[in-house]
Amino acid sequence: MVVFKKPKALTDAVMTYCPGCTHGIIHRLVAEAIDELDIMGDTIGVAPVGCSVMAYDFFNVDMVQAAHGRAPAVATGIKRADPSKIVFTYQGDGDLAAIGTAETVHSAARGENITIIFVNNAIYGMTGGQMAPTTLPGMVTQTSPYGRDVEKAGYPVKVCELLQNVDGAAYIERVSVNNIKNINAAKKAILKAFKYQTEGKGFSLVEVLSTCPTNWGVSPEKSLEWLGENMIPYFPLRCYKDKFAQEGDK
Amino acid sequence: MSEKVLMKGNEAIAEAAVMAGCRHYFGYPITPQTEIAAYMSKRMPQVDGVFLQAESEIAAINMVIGVSAAGKRAMTSSSSPGISLKSEGFSYLAGCDLPAFIVNVQRGGPGLGGIQPSQSDYWQATRASGHGDFRKIVLAPASVQEMVSLTFKGFDLADKYRMTVLLLSDGTIGQMMEPVSLEMGDVTKYDKPWAVTGTKGARKPNIVNSLFLLPEVLEQTNIERYERYKSIEKTEVMYEEYMMDDAELCVVAFGIAARVSKNAIKAAREKGIKAGMIRPITLWPFPKDALADAAHRVKAFVSAELSMGQMIDDVELAIRCKRPVILCSRAGGMIPTPENVLAALDEAGKIGG
Amino acid sequence: MNTKQVLFAGFGGQGILFTGKFLAYQGLMSGREVSWLPSYGPEMRGGTANCSVILSDSPIGSPIVSNPDILLAMNLPSLDKYENCTVSGGQIFVDSSLIERKVKRTDVESFYIPATRLASDENLGGLANMIILGKMLRHSGLMRFEEIAPTMAKVVSAKRKNLYELNLKAIELGYNHGE
Repeated sequence: MVVFKKPKALTDAVMTYCPGCTHGIIHRLVAEAIDELDIMGDTIGVAPVGCSVMAYDFFNVDMVQAAHGRAPAVATGIKRADPSKIVFTYQGDGDLAAIGTAETVHSAARGENITIIFVNNAIYGMTGGQMAPTTLPGMVTQTSPYGRDVEKAGYPVKVCELLQNVDGAAYIERVSVNNIKNINAAKKAILKAFKYQTEGKGFSLVEVLSTCPTNWGVSPEKSLEWLGENMIPYFPLRCYKDKFAQEGDK
Repeated sequence: MSEKVLMKGNEAIAEAAVMAGCRHYFGYPITPQTEIAAYMSKRMPQVDGVFLQAESEIAAINMVIGVSAAGKRAMTSSSSPGISLKSEGFSYLAGCDLPAFIVNVQRGGPGLGGIQPSQSDYWQATRASGHGDFRKIVLAPASVQEMVSLTFKGFDLADKYRMTVLLLSDGTIGQMMEPVSLEMGDVTKYDKPWAVTGTKGARKPNIVNSLFLLPEVLEQTNIERYERYKSIEKTEVMYEEYMMDDAELCVVAFGIAARVSKNAIKAAREKGIKAGMIRPITLWPFPKDALADAAHRVKAFVSAELSMGQMIDDVELAIRCKRPVILCSRAGGMIPTPENVLAALDEAGKIGG
Repeated sequence: MNTKQVLFAGFGGQGILFTGKFLAYQGLMSGREVSWLPSYGPEMRGGTANCSVILSDSPIGSPIVSNPDILLAMNLPSLDKYENCTVSGGQIFVDSSLIERKVKRTDVESFYIPATRLASDENLGGLANMIILGKMLRHSGLMRFEEIAPTMAKVVSAKRKNLYELNLKAIELGYNHGE
């Protein structure tokens, strides 16, 4: 009996992520959702700029690599070209919440029937650990060497809190992958986001709190603890909006 | 022949795009091209197409990238400041080898500039419209009829060569009305096996991508692209010769400047000056051979432009500086008068030969 | 006719562009080469507006009219600006209810019609442009009386019958003015 196998929606390519990085888990959750909904042949993904720039090599579906921050606009084009396709973007915090803020907010405002997987690890990973729009107050990065001073560098952007007030958004939830319980919840949320799209319910975004052991400068194990102790209090895990929530749902 | 209708240049572009099978338009308002967006907002729903007013010019060109990656015809349009914002998209379109049709109805610059007609985006259009080694096919209409025919042809060229075709117009041709025939013939369909349409489990995933981290691989994509460019330079050059048979002086002008120059050439001929014109219709590929050939026959050239002098570089390169080239230039939204061009022809007559 | 260059000039909101459009359609319907070029931009919001129309038997070079054969001036700044540009032997039409002075040039034909006052007297508010156009069409010989109605039918959609009739009435009023 096979107890553990690779989802069909992932290719055999060796992932380029650092050891201990949770991108791999999140990729897997996305691929499992695609498998479970049996939509692989109709799914088109959009890769961002950032650590997951080469996501096009890892998902076993048609992929487009977008310019920095523009993935939601590219996804809009793909979806409008053929609304029967399932279109998702996979973006990091710099891509989605800094350079691509406008594209994010407006694709939500239009209620584009697409799914955004937003990976927030509070740092620019690929360029080597600079301050991100989601870097926590006081957090030391290469470009906030004295810790993020909110007086000078402003406050972290809370994407789910922002988007819950956008009328066009259908489903907004923040999850984490720092422990098994949270991973299971994340799986559910990602599945729901894709399912909503197949049902034509509109814009969905799942923010996944993720680690960056390399640039945080801690071990993978410690990074999971750090996420739980520091990120979750600032970025609370919950469903921020669900237009189609059933009675009795939390 | 079909009945002619009176149309504004901007509206003619939009209707021709619909005729060319474009069903996806993304734009953002800016003078003097907003009529294209307004026309499309009315027209697209009538043909089951998509009109979307994007949140920015950047978003608009990325939506074009999405549709084009999905294998369908798409366009966006703007005027000079908005085209600067689209520069990023131009580069990605080239790197991904995606077809796209884009319109620039130019206004005076730099910066916010003004809203009157200009041709001062010539360099941007033919040279540096984004990072990296790449070209765009640049078409320069000089009448509302050419707004139609070059838009129709532009979509075809974009698909044929998997690249961006830029229609480089200006506020005058965009705003003016002239009678046009909308009879354009059939649309050629191109196979797009590279498009992202879902694998249906029947093929390997298609990847539309411009990232190549291995320099030897990236170099190869550039070399292949440039081979395509070379063949375009051989086969797709378009220009008009006007009174060149016995010409001793040659005006080079495109778009509205060519219209003004025709008046000047007529006036020059009345004064006994043997002037003619070569009007580039493709600014890239530039009609180099036609100009080099003319350099054997004429004494001097006049480059007439609505800029401080941009196309003049290409004229001098094409003729290898064999003959003097006089610049006739108005900028910032001003249009040269026929008298301006005539004065330049007088000067050219004195210097040349 | 060979080539006629016409310049319509006045305030934004006087219907300058529409007046030019009417003439352009007439040119189209009679099989001539035509160009219509508006001034654009802030003019739409109440500044000065002008519109170049060229009718010709041969292809038109520049669509910009800087030396009109015919000038229609609907305010003083327009007459001040374009009077001296008008070609010798050309025609200048003046809305004499808005422009108090006479044309200074003696080498052009001048015509005066109190178009704005006539429009308000005849309950044709806002159609002074069509009244002065009617006057111009007659004296320039650009259009025969019987061509006016079919051209109007092309320019104003049949769905807006009221607008069609008012415009027609205005243009005919100008056409027959002073006869």
